[in-house]
Amino acid sequence: MRKEFVAAFLEVARRDERVLFLTGDLGFMALEPVRDLMKSRFINAGVAEQNMVSVAAGLAARGFQPWLYSIAPFVTLRPYEQLRNDVCLHNLDVKVVGNGGGFGYGIMGSTHHTLEDVGSLQMLPNMKVRVPFFGEDVADIVELAHQTRGPSYLRLGQGIARKGLPAPFNWRKLANGNRAVAICSGPITKALLQLLPEFEANAIAVYDVSQFPVSEIPAELVKEIGRCGSLITLEEHVSAGGLGQSVSHLLLGRLKNPIQYLPLSATGYPSGKYGSQNWHWEENGLAGKALKDRISAFLKNKKDRPASLPYQPEVEVSQ
Amino acid sequence: MKATPTESLQTHALNIKRRFLGMYRNANAGHVGCSLSCAELLTFVRFGWMQPQDEILLSKGHAAAVLYSLLAEDGTLSEEEIATFYKDGTWLAAHPPPGKIKGIRFATGSLGHGLSLAAGLSLGDKMRGSDARVFCVTSDGEINEGTIWEAALFAAHHKLSSLFWLIDRNRIQGFGNTEDVMGLEPLRQKLEAFGWKVEEANGHDFTEMDLARRRLLNNTGNQPCALICHTTKGRGMENENTVGCHYLPLTAAQYELMIQNLDQAEKKDA
Repeated sequence: MRKEFVAAFLEVARRDERVLFLTGDLGFMALEPVRDLMKSRFINAGVAEQNMVSVAAGLAARGFQPWLYSIAPFVTLRPYEQLRNDVCLHNLDVKVVGNGGGFGYGIMGSTHHTLEDVGSLQMLPNMKVRVPFFGEDVADIVELAHQTRGPSYLRLGQGIARKGLPAPFNWRKLANGNRAVAICSGPITKALLQLLPEFEANAIAVYDVSQFPVSEIPAELVKEIGRCGSLITLEEHVSAGGLGQSVSHLLLGRLKNPIQYLPLSATGYPSGKYGSQNWHWEENGLAGKALKDRISAFLKNKKDRPASLPYQPEVEVSQ
Repeated sequence: MKATPTESLQTHALNIKRRFLGMYRNANAGHVGCSLSCAELLTFVRFGWMQPQDEILLSKGHAAAVLYSLLAEDGTLSEEEIATFYKDGTWLAAHPPPGKIKGIRFATGSLGHGLSLAAGLSLGDKMRGSDARVFCVTSDGEINEGTIWEAALFAAHHKLSSLFWLIDRNRIQGFGNTEDVMGLEPLRQKLEAFGWKVEEANGHDFTEMDLARRRLLNNTGNQPCALICHTTKGRGMENENTVGCHYLPLTAAQYELMIQNLDQAEKKDA
């Protein structure tokens, strides 16, 4: 989605002189067009993300709209307190862009992954978190972020082309079904869409959600979940603070009858081994055969209990 | 006879100190020593240096009382508001709050944020073509924070000559002496090596601070400026220059004695 981001951002930067771009020394072979267009409005703030966020707060206080860019964990978790105190508490117009959310940096390893960004950022005051699925969503989100005053976070990942699927990027229905409703967020949605032909026709209705905090579940969707009696949530994020918790929290009390629920979220590094993003998805049971097996079992007896393992950020390395 | 600039600063400083000592006493609150060590240097910046378009950023938010008192001294806050310090429902928390008080741009209290924020303001001013200046006051213990050094590099690299960093160098931090905890010296050389123009002064002496100010401005290039203000934590308290004066509130007797001493100092000046 980085290409789409650069294209969309350049549009915004051309139009509005208040827009600044700060990078934590990332962007080789990607952000050169941004640097060339923006000239003095492009600032490489160095490998100093905490300072970059506070500097951005100062710039926003002077009427600018700074956009901050780095690999997702480095621009979210590293300067977390700066985001909270300096940007969010003051509701300043600072836009955070994290590249490679989730397992996006694959073989680069756990330090470059972010499985906690959506949860930890969506709980900050005034912060809007946006997780696009299609590459085309990025332009809509960049425009929305630019137009909406206040802090926001854009989690970039591997995007796929929309190819005729609906455009509005929040609460979007991607497939019809009547046995279960699956609510997904971000590029991991692709993993489920790819599997649909392997289930019986019209088994799973698929929605994707892009904005956090999730403020409301559309009434029609609540009804649909009630009719199906089965809900699946799928996210490239730990369960704490993520999509599943957000959705189930909002559903509680709105359903007349109990439903079966299969929350699918990232568990981290069960084997302690590393690979591509897709490899991590599969190891986490979020894609491929593992996902198919979990959903098949769930649809079969609808009694499958969440198979989530405790998140294990620390990995024992054998010598 | 019209007061000289220094006399006028003394009067402001005495008022400011009397006011915040009363605030601390009424609230039975600590951090008295932290406010006393930077009372004169803040007074100097506010009433002896800055222009209307300039601003102060108190990075050592635990000295909020001296800032509130300063804002009352220039009429931004009322005495009624000052009387709410520490009380339930006040704007005037122990650390400066976000977005509620004119003259307080940023909530501070977590150390090491202020210099980066000030650098952002200063860079914004530079980009807008404004000649406003930003005065950032940090403690010395705060300089342990990595962000201070990130900001120091950033400000020098971006030639933020409208940024003035005042360091309250009282040599005592939260649980020990700065040089015992994580030595800062030679601080001046470190800052100079980072590309700052640095001067030093007794942070309780207006004449010295004014001379240092002139030296800083005299040779302005495109460097950010730092003024290391040598101060005494809890100056005038029974337990001045101890870690205790960072945390302990004033007893009634200590408060009375301090006020008497300030009154006497005023008479002597007069």
